[in-house]
Amino acid sequence: MIALHNYLILSAVIFSIGVIGVLIRRNLIVVLMSIELMLNAVNLTFIAFSRYLGSTDGQVIVFFVMAVAAAEAVIGLAIIISVYRHRQSLDPQEMQLLKW
Amino acid sequence: MSVSTAVFNLIALLLVVSAAMVAFSRNIIYSAFSLLGTFMGVAGIYIFLGADFVAAVQLLIYVGGILVLILFAVMLTHRITDVTITNRAAGRIPALIVVVGLVYMLIQTVRTTPWAAAKQVTFASTTATIGDAFLYDYLLPFELASLVLLAAMIGAVVLSRKEIKE
Repeated sequence: MIALHNYLILSAVIFSIGVIGVLIRRNLIVVLMSIELMLNAVNLTFIAFSRYLGSTDGQVIVFFVMAVAAAEAVIGLAIIISVYRHRQSLDPQEMQLLKW
Repeated sequence: MSVSTAVFNLIALLLVVSAAMVAFSRNIIYSAFSLLGTFMGVAGIYIFLGADFVAAVQLLIYVGGILVLILFAVMLTHRITDVTITNRAAGRIPALIVVVGLVYMLIQTVRTTPWAAAKQVTFASTTATIGDAFLYDYLLPFELASLVLLAAMIGAVVLSRKEIKE
């Protein structure tokens, strides 16, 4: 049987890859994909703990995370498309309209 | 090495490689399609952990919904043949420092915490238990989630439609 450590380290690695993606990429869609990676890593941790503590509460929380992630993806992509329509660019460094 | 360890290692390898492709690929189309491997790998790990219903929902929502949505956004926003400008990277060195610190902290936490030993759980279907939890203990959050999804749907329609100028 695989120890709990393995799942936690796997999920930590995926989470860190998501953080790298958010930090270095200069395209909003890839930033959004990296956020999805991080949410998946957290879900993985929830399911691993739910299995090893013998309770289904972790699985229920995962459904709420998925619902909020779906809402986030939908709103994020709608914002991205309307930004692209206005500026013809998805580079977050060029979006400084609110910068004083 | 037993069969289950080998299968776990295989799925973990697929997961890490495709996640790295998502974050590091120069072409945004490759990033989007590597996300498929990541979602499938996570679903595989869920099955491995005995969470059958969550694995099915993962495939339905992420592969069937969110991935298709992201592909639509990619196709709608970019001249996708223009590979060199679509997916640039910036600020590698500070990002590397932050992430190395984060990985070190997470792995040290995992290694030094005394986790509770695993209970021997039989692999049974979890669907009925989850349904009970939703309709008794988590009824209010469950209804609130439907409200959040409705608001997101209306918000997406309002945000992404074309403005009509008088």
